Parts: sequence; C-alpha cells; structure tokens
Amino acid sequence: MRELTYAQALREAITEEMDRDPNIILLGEDIGVYGGVFKVTEGLLARYGPERVRETPISEAGFVGAAVGLAMTGKHPMPELMFMDFAWVAADQIFNQAAKMRYMSGGRVKVPMVIRTQQGGGRGNAAQHSQSLESIFTHIPGLKVVLPATPYDAKGLLKSAFRDENPVVFVEHKLLYATRGPVPEEEYTIPLGQADVKRAGDDVTLVSLSRTVLHALEAAEAMAQEGISAEVIDMRCTVPMDLETILVSVRKTHRLVVAHESHRRLGIGAEIAALVQEHAFDYLDAPIERVGAMDVPIPYSQPLESRVLPGVDHILEATKRVIA
Amino acid sequence: MNLDNRDLLQIYRMMLLIRRFEEQCVEFYKSGEIRGSLHPCIGQEATAVGACYALRKDDYMTCTYRGHGQALAKGLDPSEAMAELLGRRTGCSKGKGGSMHFTDPNIGLLGENAIVGAGVPIAVGAALSAQLDRTDRVSITFFGDGAVNQGVFAEALNLAAVWNAPVVFFCENNLYSEMTPIGEMVKLEQLADRAAGFGIPGVTVDGYDPVAVYGATLAAVDRARSGGGPTFVEAMTYRLVGHMIGDTEPYRTQEEVAEWRARDPVHTFPQRLIEEFGVSQAEVEAAQAEVEDHMAEVVRFALESPWPSAAEIAEDIFA
Repeated sequence: MRELTYAQALREAITEEMDRDPNIILLGEDIGVYGGVFKVTEGLLARYGPERVRETPISEAGFVGAAVGLAMTGKHPMPELMFMDFAWVAADQIFNQAAKMRYMSGGRVKVPMVIRTQQGGGRGNAAQHSQSLESIFTHIPGLKVVLPATPYDAKGLLKSAFRDENPVVFVEHKLLYATRGPVPEEEYTIPLGQADVKRAGDDVTLVSLSRTVLHALEAAEAMAQEGISAEVIDMRCTVPMDLETILVSVRKTHRLVVAHESHRRLGIGAEIAALVQEHAFDYLDAPIERVGAMDVPIPYSQPLESRVLPGVDHILEATKRVIA
Repeated sequence: MNLDNRDLLQIYRMMLLIRRFEEQCVEFYKSGEIRGSLHPCIGQEATAVGACYALRKDDYMTCTYRGHGQALAKGLDPSEAMAELLGRRTGCSKGKGGSMHFTDPNIGLLGENAIVGAGVPIAVGAALSAQLDRTDRVSITFFGDGAVNQGVFAEALNLAAVWNAPVVFFCENNLYSEMTPIGEMVKLEQLADRAAGFGIPGVTVDGYDPVAVYGATLAAVDRARSGGGPTFVEAMTYRLVGHMIGDTEPYRTQEEVAEWRARDPVHTFPQRLIEEFGVSQAEVEAAQAEVEDHMAEVVRFALESPWPSAAEIAEDIFA
C-alpha cells in the first residue's frame, strides 16, 4: 500500500470532501497562500478559490462565530485554529454557542462544523503553544472530539467529521504531521466513536490517544522483548467514546494503563479509570495507572519539557507497577 | 418609504402585542410561572417593530436576551414563545431554552443570545452564507449599547467589512450597559461613530419613532441586498423598566424615566396615526381589541400546554 504523511492524508481528506460537498468552507489564518503553518491546506486556495478557502483576520472568536452562523444556515464550515491554545480566545463561540445551539433551540437548528486544530508539546513551543486540551472539549456536552494518531486514521476520521451534522473538534498533533503510514488509494471513512486495537495482547491494556499512541506502541514492543504481551487501544475519539472496546480488553488482561499527553489531573485517564471501575471492577487485578503530563504549564527548556511530557519510559514504569 | 395605513396599523398592532406580551411575562414571573432570567423590552418596542418591518421573512436575524420583541416582530408565534417561557413542550425550543434562547429557523431567527455580543459574528456568518448562495437575503443582528465593548463585536464588524457581508448591525442604545450608564463606558457621544473605524457607514436614528427606525433600517437593508455591504444603525431608545425583574434602578432618576415615558411610542403612536396619517379611531380600537383577544389565546395556550417529559432531557444534543 502507498504511504502518506499525516499532513498529506489530512489534505487528501479535505480535498475529497470539498469535491463531494460544495457547502464546505474553510476559514482560518494563513490557510490560503501560505497553506497553513503546517502546510495541511497547501494548494487548496488555488484549487477552490478564495470563497471556499477563506483567509481570515487574526480573530478566532470572530471567525469561529461566523462559522457558527454559516453552519446554522446550510454551510459546513471548517474553521482552523492554528494552535489549540487559541481555542480559549474563541471559547465562547465554541462552548456557549456551537455546542449548545441545537439543545437550546430544542433541536430546531444544527451546527455542522469541523473545528480543525493541532495541539501537543515536544517542540519547545512553551506554555501557550503546547497544551493538550481534549479533556476540556470532552467535558462540554454538544461537541464531538476526534484525535487521530496515524495517517490512515487522520484521513478516515476527517472524512467522517465532515459528514457529521454536529460540531466536531478535530485535534491533530504538531509532531505527527511528518509521520508516514499506509493510506489506501480507494476511498474509505472511519466512523466516529470507534476505538482501534492497534496491537493485540493478553497481559495488560494500554489505552491511549493522539501521539501518545505511538509511545504506547513503542512501549508494547519493548515489553514484548521481556515476554509481556500488551494490548494497545487507540481511543481515536473521546466523544463519542468507545468504552466497550476498552472493557472487552480489560476483561481479558485484567490490567489497565491509560496514557495521554494532557495533564494527569482530570485528564481522560481519570474518566477512563472511573468508567472501568464502574463497569469492570471485578475484572481488575491491579489499580489502574494513569500516565499524563505533569500538572505544570509546559516549560520551554528541553530538559524541563521532556520531563514534564509523558514518554515511553513513563508508560513502561506504569506497566511494571500494574504487572508487579 | 411607502408605508400605507395598513402598514402603520400593523406596526402599531405589533408594538402593542409586544407590550402586552412583556407585561404578561412580568406577571407570570411574579407568580412563579416563569423562572430564571427575564429581561423585558418594555419601552423598546418601536425599534424591534420598525426594524423588523424592513425585513423579509427569509432574512436572517440574531438578537439578545432582551429579544422577545424582535423575535415576535420577525414572526415568532407568540403562543409558542409564551409556552417556551412557561417551560412547556409546545414552546419554540420545547422548553429547553427559555426566555434568552428563542430560535426559529423558519423565520430566519438564529437565536436570541445570553452572552453579550455573541450573536454578532453569528449574524455575519449567516450573511456570508447568503452571499455565497448568491441570494439577496440579508442578515441583521440586534445588540445593546453595552455590546460595543465586547472584543467579538469589533472582530465581527471587521469581518463583515472585509467580506462586504450583507449584514445590518442594529444597536439598540438604551443608554445603559446593563446597570451602568453607557456614557461612562464609552468615550464617544454616538456609538454609530464606531463604525467608521471599520470602514462601515453608521447612522443614528430616533428609536422612539417606529417610522424613522423603519426608514433607517430599510436603507441599510437595501444597501446590503444590493451588494453594498454592512451598515451600522444606532437607535436611541430607552427601557421603561429595569434591566431584569428585581432591578432596583439606583443608576437613573425617576425624572429621566418619566421624560421617556411621556414619549412612549406604544401610547403616543395611536394619536399620531390619527392626526398625521388619517387612520380612524375605530381602526385603532379594532387593533387594540385584536391584540387583547390574541393575548388571551396566547395565555390559554401556554397554560394548557403539557410539560416536557424526562425522556426528552437527553434529546436534541446531537443531530
């Protein structure tokens, strides 16, 4: 099968969907001539023109708000937040408007839109350009939240996000854009809310998402050398959440580690741990371990940042604790 | 402007309906039938009716938590609106939104909004939608004087200007940013002057004259419809009651309220209809009787409507 980068896979998804649906409108800062700071939208302005690939002023609240208005009147906008951290600037339009409009109207309107953004650290971008905020979006009812880890998932999930009639927060990772992976030539979609067993195993379950899935896979490979069989589950979406796939695995392995790059405190790991003990307490042979970023703003200096963000070693240490 | 007597009577009838509707809301609030937040637009009916009379049913609109008047003037069924306020299943949002979230896509109403200024960019997005569809639909957004100090207001005006979006920014300047004089919060005499900074024309109109409001709005609407872009319309108005129920109003004098009350268009317009436009006393009285009958039906419908069931709680989150 051919290989594409994560960025190429995303661009292919956007292109296919824009060809399919003329109502898809892209809005964002520097997404046209420049092609986006991670080059995901490169070439789209030339292909679709300035009406559908719409450069915006640096006004996240304004253009996300405009996207809500577009969505409520028959369009399917894709506002792009250059960095996830800028979501706070547009917070009212995301959390109070997009997420609640359908409910507040008793189902009389819908707000189909894809808020595309990227998050995560590891590049020395410091505290305002490195956050992982999926828990915040997961907490607010009315938003769907997608975090692909591979080029294959990125394409299939983004295509599904465009076919969803609700606000979908599509969260990429800045250190995944150059990663490569198999992406078939033929069209496919991946349903939202379906976790993926990225590696099968029997001794311990590693649940993860976004770039941390790659760490979990590396950790599983290292464990295999020591005779430990780890199952790696990529959540892919936090809303809707595929709890069943996690429960099936935990009932088999009896041990669970949840790893993510967002802060450990109230991260997705806390929710998974709570849900698993509610639904599969009797199957657990060890306390659930959570791996996440330290609860500090993401620091700039390399030795500090690499200590704050979770890596393969943290997952291995946590796994040893649940297996001991 | 081409308003004939039928139009003028309709404007009067709608102003009176809104007044009666809001007075009924206050009564229901005091009796406990309406809960939560209630921000009556009593005193501001002429801006709502004059402006909405310049719109088509298919034009888009956003408004604020003081938006009952605009919603009704745009065409929201008063019975559905009152049922919503009473939390009933027959309400325009099935009882899930209440006073601050009237929404009706059939009349282009994209929502009142409980966040000051938040409806402004949404209206710009709707205007962009109309522009992309090559229709001559326009979008209007109502907001108060206080909203001009929100960041998103500035962002939205700029977006509309650079996109040449067919939108009318309608500022109801009732002199108070909630419970604080707007003059203490803005350095400009007229808020319409702010539009110039965005490259948008701004006009100020007497918000207590529904005919003048209609004329100013129609000019802005025509401009937007014909591809001329956005306009800022500031209507000088006044709420004759508090910001919300329970407002003790220490920020203004009784004399000031009395001065505006003397000009209350709901009370003064009938005389003007008769003297200036030659409408008959009988026609005015017939309009008044119609409104009373209609409101009786609105109240009956709302009170007799069923409550939503617990099974509906988790419905309408996702499409």
